[in-house]
Formats: sequence, structure tokens, C-alpha cells
Amino acid sequence: MVAELDAESSLLHIDRVFLHERTGSIALQTLEQDGRRVRHPELAFCTMDHIVDTLPGRGDQTLMPGGTAFIQTTRETAQRAGIRLFDVRDPLQGIVHVISPEQGIVLPGTTVVCPDSHTCTQGALGALAWGIGSSEAEHVLATQTLRVAKPRSMRVSLEGALGAGVGAKDLMLWLIARESASGAKGHAVEFAGAAVRALPVEARLTLCNLAVEFSAFTGMVAPDDVVFQYLAGRRFAPAAAQWDQALAHWRTLHSGPQARFDRELNLDVSQVEPMVTWGTSPEHAVGIGAAVPDPALCADAVSRRGMERALQYMDLQPGQRLQDLPIGAAFIGSCTNSRLSDLRAAAQLLRGRKVAAGVRAICVPGSMQVKRDAEAEGLDRIFVDAGFEWRESGCSMCFYAGGESFGLRQRVISTTNRNFESRQGPQTRSHLASPITVAASALAGRIADPRPLLGD
Amino acid sequence: METFVVHQGVAAPLLRANIDTDAIIPSREMKFVSKTGLAGGLFAGWRYLDAATRSPDPAFVLNQAEFAGATILLAGANFGCGSSREHAVWALREYGIRAIVAPSFGAIFQTNCIRNGILPVILAEADVALLAQQAGPQPLTVDLQRQVVVAPDGQVFRFEIAAAAREMLLEGLDPVALTLRLDAQITAYQARDREQRPWIYLAKSAPPVPSVPPPGAE
Repeated sequence: MVAELDAESSLLHIDRVFLHERTGSIALQTLEQDGRRVRHPELAFCTMDHIVDTLPGRGDQTLMPGGTAFIQTTRETAQRAGIRLFDVRDPLQGIVHVISPEQGIVLPGTTVVCPDSHTCTQGALGALAWGIGSSEAEHVLATQTLRVAKPRSMRVSLEGALGAGVGAKDLMLWLIARESASGAKGHAVEFAGAAVRALPVEARLTLCNLAVEFSAFTGMVAPDDVVFQYLAGRRFAPAAAQWDQALAHWRTLHSGPQARFDRELNLDVSQVEPMVTWGTSPEHAVGIGAAVPDPALCADAVSRRGMERALQYMDLQPGQRLQDLPIGAAFIGSCTNSRLSDLRAAAQLLRGRKVAAGVRAICVPGSMQVKRDAEAEGLDRIFVDAGFEWRESGCSMCFYAGGESFGLRQRVISTTNRNFESRQGPQTRSHLASPITVAASALAGRIADPRPLLGD
Repeated sequence: METFVVHQGVAAPLLRANIDTDAIIPSREMKFVSKTGLAGGLFAGWRYLDAATRSPDPAFVLNQAEFAGATILLAGANFGCGSSREHAVWALREYGIRAIVAPSFGAIFQTNCIRNGILPVILAEADVALLAQQAGPQPLTVDLQRQVVVAPDGQVFRFEIAAAAREMLLEGLDPVALTLRLDAQITAYQARDREQRPWIYLAKSAPPVPSVPPPGAE
């Protein structure tokens, strides 16, 4: 903390700021127009992920109307400012929240911001990482600080062993469905407990990614040896003597036994099932075997109207089974679920099988590094042989910006984070689920439980 | 920066929970690297029967004659959740919205409002519902100085707001300019921190990265 500003807010030093071409471009452009310089370009990073195409041979031209201007403005302003840019053809290009951990840019105990709401993903490494607006990004670039009101604190302890076929994505959809999409409003959430400690770093990234869908200021997991081993040797992580010094510091970064939180949730997660959403908010999620809930049984009038509206939009009826609902498309990708472990898990189900006729299936690795690593293991062949498109990395069809989509009113099962109205395309009906549930559904042509396909 | 002291205007009710920034301004409506030219895309998915031709949907509140000139929105909980896109706030402001009254807001959206002269007012859900019942041609008053909303029937609702946010809006302060005045403190912090956490402070030029163009690149 640089200074106390008043009783509620502080001036915090920002250790790392990340930008992308969608919202970073306007921040860099405005800063230039205002005649302000970037105080520490060496602490700023920029990637092309939101607008860039994911088709082979891509360049500055995109399917997104006006997209080229975002890419070129970002490149020009980032280069003038001296910011490290992971450009369209850079071998390290990828989704911001995939490449930041992958390249060792986010570190335990750092403050990390990005004008992107899923910045909370990076809390998985024990960082304080949160999403900001473009104006706040200008503030960070100009001053290397941010004026922040201290959020309340909340610890979510998840205990018990996860069932087969249940992962971080299912845990978070379950938690948000249970506590509501505004369940962590105003709180910085620490995810703790045996079920969280047992998760590898990539699964923790998925867990923290969805903290914003829980309305949390951010999510984080206390850094441990799993994180330290993950970071060792990464490009921007400390090395040699500084590594030892950093490690000694990082080992002090955990809540002590006397830590007091404004809110505590202690939940047993051993009965959580693979989850799938039925509506237009991440809180509209149920276990894969469950039926669509009946709004008439909802006591709260606003929630009830929201449910009714969601069912109408999704073309579903109360009591209808989600399992066996026909789908037209399947998507594996996004900052939620596009890392190597996600692709491995999906590929394990897809190996030697074929996507159902009439289903368009796409896999978009989260970074070019993930793509190369997957190809080195032969995962690309498994996806392609099964009938998936295998793309270059980027945010891709997590959201529709006038370019690519699955088509009007298409029903999509997706590993992404938002099932909002028209998010993935014009009136697209998105069902959020884990990579293995999406893979199993793509094979079946219907929303399907992945568990019968496991372990063979 | 734009100030907000007191505003009187027509309030339009949009009492749905979890209205996300994708709904406020769909990604496909963000066509330029610009903070302007966004008002036409505001609520595009709901406001138009066909977004391409901009033919209005008469069922949407802002298309109804009595709310055509609305400058205040009455909304459900968690308004502005989802994507961090400040374009949602720029679109609202360009359309003419000066204040939004809701039980709660998306955190990033709430900060973005304050940076752009829009007042986010937090009232209990029942109070927002009471205001919505009176919504119509009679204007509502939102007074930041007194921290009250005055309904058309004279009923007064007090609201709380963080002191820093209130001051920013009342004075129209530029937070970057304010912080730049603390430059010496920032430099001193960094000097101390560099002793304790030298690994934070990367070299001015990042390590060179192999930039091998993929096959077929120009």
C-alpha cells in the first residue's frame, strides 16, 4: 500500500497490468491523447485475444466488423509506450488469463489488474488480481497505482473428495447455483479446504475464473508448493538467487489460524455432480441428471420473473430433463477451460469416437503454447479425428461480436463462463459445463453425463 | 470529469435482476476504438426487433412514449454484472442516463459509472419497487449533496455512498491528476519495496522473445 486515502480506500501499488485489444486499446489511446506517459512499461503486458480470429493463417483482418482497427490501434499504441505485446503471430500469444500464469507474469503476492472481468482467474496463484474498467487502466498505466476501497473478506472452505468426473467448473457452478450469482457481492473470496488444496494450478485457475460470476471482487487460493513448482523456470518468474528470496517471501503468504473473515462458508462437496446450466445466468445450474426447475416454486418475485424469462429464452419447460436435450454445437475453449489439462480430459473421452452428426464442435486452445504442447502429445489428432475443429488460440466464440457464431437460436454446450442472452450469438442458447461434459455431449448430440465414458 | 450534484428527470423501470453489460451494450455494437458512437447500441438486443434495421420493439420500456426522455434507470439487483467493458457506461451516458437506482451493482460497472459522471444509487429492493410504481412522466429527483432520492409523491429515500466516490462526482475530480500529485510517495514506496521484493521490478526491456513467423505468414 502506497498511502491511505481515507477511512475506506487506499492507494495500492499495482505490480502487473495486462491489456488486451478490446479494452486496452481505448485506454492506451486516451492516455496518449491526454499527453500522459506510461510510468512503468516494463510492468505492463498486452495481448491480442478478444478480437483476433482463431482460423489458420490469421492476420490483422478479422471476421469481427471493425476488428482490424482494434488490433492495429493496440499494436501501435503498445509499441509506442514500450509495452511487451504478445502480437497476433507471436508464438506466446494467447488469452490473457492463460498466458499470464503460463509465462510467470502473475506471481504470488502480486497485485494484478486488467480491464477484463475475468482477471480474478489469476488469484489462483495467490495474487490479488481483479478486473477494472478502461479509465482505471489509464490510472494504472499513468501512476502504477489504483485507488481501491477495501473489499470485505469471505472464506469458502470446500471439504471432501470430489466424485469421478467432477472438476473445478462443476464446483463453481454448484456454488453459484447454491448461493446465487450475487452471493459474494463486495467480497474478496479465499477458496480453501481440502478439496481446493487437492486441485492442481490449472483447476484452481478455473475455480477463481468464475469468482466474478459469483459477484466476488476477486477469488484467490493461498499459494503453496503446488504453485511454486508450477512457477519455477517460467519466462518472467524470478530465477537464481531472486527465486530463493521470492520463495521465502511467498511461504509467508497465507491466512493464519487466527484470521477473521467477514463471512465464512463451509461446504461438503463430496456429493457434487457434473453440472450444467439451463438458463441465462450462471446461477441457473443443476446437476446433470436433474430437471429444469419450476419458477412457480421460487419464493422471490424478481428471481421468479428472471427464471420465467430465462426458460422462455432457452425454449425449455419446467420439469424437462436436461440430459438428452439435443444440441447443435459444442465449444471447448475460453479463459475458463482451455488449458492443457482441460484438453487432455476432453481428449480422453473423444479418443476413437466421433462427434454426433449435425453437431458443430470446436476446440480453441487458450494459448499458442497450450496448442503446441497439445500437438506434441497428439491431442490435436484426437480432436480432429473425432470431428472437432482445431483452432489457433484466442477468446473466440466465448462471445459474439458480429463475426463468428453458431447461428440464430442455436443450442450450444460450452466450457465458457457466461450463458447470457445472445452472448455467444444471436439468441444463442448456451449451456455451460465442464470440458468432459461438453465432450460427452458432442459425441451424443445431446446433453450427456460424461461419467459412463470415463475410465475405459 | 463530469460532475453530478443534483438531477431531476424521468425514471424508466427495468426491474430485472442480473442485467449484464452484454445486455447493456452487446459486443457486436462496439465497432470502433472510441468512447462515443455507442448510444445507438444501448440495450440493442432488447430495444430493437431487428438490431440491423434498428426497428424499435414497442414492448421495451425506453421505446414507450412516457419514458422516451428518461435520464434515470430503476433496475434490479446486480445491475451491470459481467464483462468489465466501460462501453456499457459510455453508452448509457451518451444516451442521456445520469443516474441508476438499483439494490446492487456489478463492482467494476459501479466504479466505471463514477469515472463517467453517472451516479449509481443503492436502495433496498422494496424501495426501488416503490419508485417503479410511480414511474411515469412525473420526474424523480436524485440529490447527491443530500444523498436522497425524492419520489414524484414527495417520499424521500436516503442512500449511502462511499465518501471518495461522492467527492469525485460532486467535484468532477480527475483521479489520475489527483494521484499524480502523490508521485513522490509512489517513488518512495517503490524504493522500499524494491529492497524487499526485487523480483517485482522487471528489467526495462523485457527478455528477447523468439519471433518466428508461422508458415505462410506475410
